[in-house]
Amino acid sequence: MNEKLYSIAVEVNGVRRTDQVPARRSLADWLREDLHLTGTHLGCEHGVCGACSVMLDGEPVRSCLMYAVQADGHRVTTVEGLAQSDGSMSVLQDSFCQTHALQCGYCTPGMLIAAQGLLESNPNPSDREIREAIGGNLCRCTGYQQIVEAVRLAAERMAEESK
Amino acid sequence: MKPVPFDYVRATSIGEACEVLQREGDAAKLIAGGQSLVPLMAMRLVRPRLLLDINEIAALKFISVEANAVRIGACTRQALVERDDALAARVPLLRQALAWVGHVQTRNRGTLGGSLAHADPCAELPLAARVLEARMVLRGATGARTVQADAFFSGPMMTVTEPDECLEEVHWPIWSAPRTGSAFAEISNRHGDFAMVAAAAQLALDADGRCVRAAFGLGGVDQTPLAFPQLAARLVGTRLEAAVVESVAQDAAAATGPGSDLFATAAYRRHLARVLGARALRAAHAQAVQ
Amino acid sequence: MTRPFRYIGTRRRTKEDPRFVTGRGRFVADIALPGMKHVALVASPHPSARIVSIGTDAARAMPGVLYVLTGEEFCAETDSLYIGVDAPKVTRYALARGVVRYAGEWVAAVVADTRAIAEDAAERVEVEYESLPQVIDPEISLAPGAHLVHAAHGSNVLYHRKFVWGPVDEAFAKSDHQLAFRATWGRSSTVPIETFGVAAQWDPVAQLLDVWASIQMPKFPDQTARALRLPGNAVRVHYDVDVGGSYGLKRGIKHTVLVGYLARRLGVPVRLIEDRLENMRGGDMHGPDRFFDMQAAFDRDGTIRALKIRAVDDVGAYAGRSPLQLGKPVGAICGPYRIQAVEYEPTSVMTNKTPQEAVRGFGQSPTNFALERTMDRVARFLGMDRIELRRRNLIRKDQFPYLIPSGSTYDSGDYHAVLDKALAAIDYPALERTRDEARRAGRLAGIGISTCLEPSGGNAAFELLFNPKNETTTWMDSCLVRVDLSGSITGVIGTSSSGQGHETLVATVVGEILERDPASIRVIHADSLNALPSNSPVGSRMAIMLGGAAAGAAKKIRETLVAIAAHNFECSAEDLEYRDGDVAVKGVPSKKLGWDQLAEIAHRKFHRMPPGMEPGLQAKFVWEVPTGGGLPTADGRVQMYPCYAFEAHIVYVEIDPDTGKPSIGRYVCGHDCGVMISPDIVHGMTLGGIAHGIGAALYERFAYTEDGQLASGTFMDYLIPSAMEVPDIRIVDHCTPSPLTTFGQKGSGEAGYLGAPAAVANAINDALDPIETSIDTLPMSHLALWERISAARNKQGRP
Repeated sequence: MNEKLYSIAVEVNGVRRTDQVPARRSLADWLREDLHLTGTHLGCEHGVCGACSVMLDGEPVRSCLMYAVQADGHRVTTVEGLAQSDGSMSVLQDSFCQTHALQCGYCTPGMLIAAQGLLESNPNPSDREIREAIGGNLCRCTGYQQIVEAVRLAAERMAEESK
Repeated sequence: MKPVPFDYVRATSIGEACEVLQREGDAAKLIAGGQSLVPLMAMRLVRPRLLLDINEIAALKFISVEANAVRIGACTRQALVERDDALAARVPLLRQALAWVGHVQTRNRGTLGGSLAHADPCAELPLAARVLEARMVLRGATGARTVQADAFFSGPMMTVTEPDECLEEVHWPIWSAPRTGSAFAEISNRHGDFAMVAAAAQLALDADGRCVRAAFGLGGVDQTPLAFPQLAARLVGTRLEAAVVESVAQDAAAATGPGSDLFATAAYRRHLARVLGARALRAAHAQAVQ
Repeated sequence: MTRPFRYIGTRRRTKEDPRFVTGRGRFVADIALPGMKHVALVASPHPSARIVSIGTDAARAMPGVLYVLTGEEFCAETDSLYIGVDAPKVTRYALARGVVRYAGEWVAAVVADTRAIAEDAAERVEVEYESLPQVIDPEISLAPGAHLVHAAHGSNVLYHRKFVWGPVDEAFAKSDHQLAFRATWGRSSTVPIETFGVAAQWDPVAQLLDVWASIQMPKFPDQTARALRLPGNAVRVHYDVDVGGSYGLKRGIKHTVLVGYLARRLGVPVRLIEDRLENMRGGDMHGPDRFFDMQAAFDRDGTIRALKIRAVDDVGAYAGRSPLQLGKPVGAICGPYRIQAVEYEPTSVMTNKTPQEAVRGFGQSPTNFALERTMDRVARFLGMDRIELRRRNLIRKDQFPYLIPSGSTYDSGDYHAVLDKALAAIDYPALERTRDEARRAGRLAGIGISTCLEPSGGNAAFELLFNPKNETTTWMDSCLVRVDLSGSITGVIGTSSSGQGHETLVATVVGEILERDPASIRVIHADSLNALPSNSPVGSRMAIMLGGAAAGAAKKIRETLVAIAAHNFECSAEDLEYRDGDVAVKGVPSKKLGWDQLAEIAHRKFHRMPPGMEPGLQAKFVWEVPTGGGLPTADGRVQMYPCYAFEAHIVYVEIDPDTGKPSIGRYVCGHDCGVMISPDIVHGMTLGGIAHGIGAALYERFAYTEDGQLASGTFMDYLIPSAMEVPDIRIVDHCTPSPLTTFGQKGSGEAGYLGAPAAVANAINDALDPIETSIDTLPMSHLALWERISAARNKQGRP
């Protein structure tokens, strides 16, 4: 039984990617296994842990809850696409390093996507708003506090830079 | 946790979607936001032969404020519904309910219609629909029909949607009274989890502070979300005094048929129903009084 | 070193963080081997059944399916997995043979081109079962006539002993008061966000099995080789795989033997990444499931004279190290208190449930919970303030090193100081006022305190204590440090890491000793063939053991550099001064050999080397755990872990009296782990440990139905706390250095988790105290709290 394949064209991290995929290939698996963008991680495959978060058309979504065929014609940004155009870390990524907002690193890409989504719509979030924005991203290592500090720091730095 | 193999069709219009549904029958499953469906498919509890994707039907994505109601397309993302200020001004209960629905990521993808069609008795949007007497427009191969919320939900995860029908839009009545207040109360294990019990209330007061209109309901306490129009009617003419609020909440709780599961016994749910019902009524009153 | 540290103890960025924030982590699921095939498992739906037949034809006929392996073949071709106690008939394999013993046990393994196809085929494997009796409740399992989980073992008891240390009965006879109660620790686990995964590839020419795994396990290569009937040097485990969290748990030995066997048998690389359903039910990674029958003998002045602790732990249907999780707490059995006599009766029992694995603290957190509930109950009995009771019983700082009745010596500590710091940090009198005001307003409010130990260092003498046939006293670790021809420094670690920052640890320590910038020091992970021996990051041991080894290797290099300079300046080492990697004659700064020059001499200029010195510039350091090597006495006394970190938690909670919903308002943790090599890393692990402890206290439970089905096998039902459930936490540090370690550091990998459940439980109980009810079972769910509140109100005649 060879599964039927569907043509898709998706803009991933600014680059148009085309492929032929079975319908049941999740967006997460397509990114990881076919495009070798392994920064997006799978923790549960049923939409709870948030490790698989990517931007779809600029908004954080769970890539384990989408099929790659559904992304046809859309824009996806993964953690690999967060860096600046010269390849250096974004302010947010750098802030995560500054406050040690991670340990094992497994939930981190999802956290970054969620935090990025927050800061794009709310450049001056309260701690409560930060916690809510990452409320759908589970972490077992950090207890979240240094992550909240990182997002707060990033917001401050980005505000400074835009002055 | 990979799903079974399936074929995929991306509908470009609701007419096309209905045609496919009519042709394929049980073998086809509609997918909108997928936040409820895809986990079930990942666990192989749902095994469609054909997945019919309606996410790209532009005609199903809109929020239209009209004189007496707000019409919302079934595939409108929950996040957009939550953010829409014009909508929040006219149907405040929706934004209040959505604050309890999942997380940012799930609301970015999940749709208003998807949650209603999924009909989880613990879900917030079905409860809001019952309390506000929303009207669902179902489109089938032969035409459209409108179903009131009180007739739409037929059981746990079940609606009266026919196999060849697709939810097209939902009409949310606007209460015109100037002193209208609403509230949504819920107990869940963690922030964003399914409700153990939820309560929703909307009240309108006259200039003297007497209740002129009331709507009230409970979720997670029966096979479907419940609304209590007759109990709510007892509030009309009152000032929502403590005793009358308590008695309405008490009688509503007594009329529920909750189940037991890992997190809550039926007795606990009935108790929460009374407590949250009263809290929702008091909070709605407090908002109306402002 | 008498001057303050230059790098140790400073806040510096870690070496590990950059790769993870850029998505460049290398986890096992990220590794693609050419031609790799994928495994999915067929699991038993029954908790106890005979396997009548397994039909694999339909599955094997599916396109893309390579093989379907069952227990018949697998158990004949491999050896049973290691068990920590003396129970040779309790065999264990990755696949069941003949009998299944828990719902979720793996019965067959499908190998296919993709994971999706493997799952399709797994559904087509036809297994016929005949249900057998089952036993789910541990107390029923202990009772006569219970169904035997392993018939050949003759009983459901894996381990039982009653230890009596000190004059226990006498203390109970003479004490003013006694009390007794049961404390129950519900089954939970660390549940890392990454499941366990392993990939293996067999090279038939080299006769070598390469293994990449998400692993945190001592003796992993050895046990893998042994079960596969291979020599030890036929297995190469790659330790440079990033592990997505483990906290003790990722032992994965059954998965690895399975995948290793398949790779060899099929001649292709094979990978198994557990999906979450497989992981929760069949991964064998549940944690302690334990109740304690506690008895305390105490005097009216609050002195606790003796304890009797009966601990029964349900390890599930099979055992690896899990029964030993009752043994580690022997090393801190009286907590931080001066209790002179303790009776400890551990029982490890089997039931038809998912097996248990090592969880952060290896049994210390449940034990601390039971001890701290005891303290609060004693205080309540006497009408004494809970803090005062603890003050009276805490070991005093002038009493260290302190020998406890079960034979361990606590190295150092100042428990009163840490407690005082925590109380000051939270402004305890103000907090009491806040609580009392809340109570006057009709709310349920409580403050919880716990003062607990984190034994660290990993001298796992409980292995020998619980199984005299296992004469193991070596708990070593190691580090290799090289300085290359260009003068750059590389450190080599012989184990994997799962977020503890070992690369940063080694670079910091080596940089400190050699006075070179840690940022310039590269730290890599070896593989099991070229690694120096390690016992992996368990038992909160790496700061001590890897830190000590890195320091030891760096010191050798420093001495070598001084010796080279002494030879070249024709003087003695005492005439020289080492600074920042350069060596100069004291008082004659012009007579100096710089770091680069010294490296060059070592690598290239043999004619300038001291006679007899090895060329090149490298050093290894392998050492035994401090205080290690001792054997238990006949009455079961032995030195366990060498270093004792201490934590004092203070928590403020409120419970909504109408719904039972708890919320944590304030949280302060006083923490003393001696010298912190990297404060950000230590704080991070402590904060994570507290979050984990909050989960165990309020949310997480592997719940079983009466008929042995796991009811909470997904992330929808197994409730890991999110950022909305974990409050802001303030940590206040204290430092009593350990006299046993290089810099005075103690371990801290389990910090927070060891004291948080106890503190939250005590806070909840303080909140319930005014309505005269209590709860001693974890997790304290909303339902459990409401049932207590509602029963208390009914008793009081309130609605």
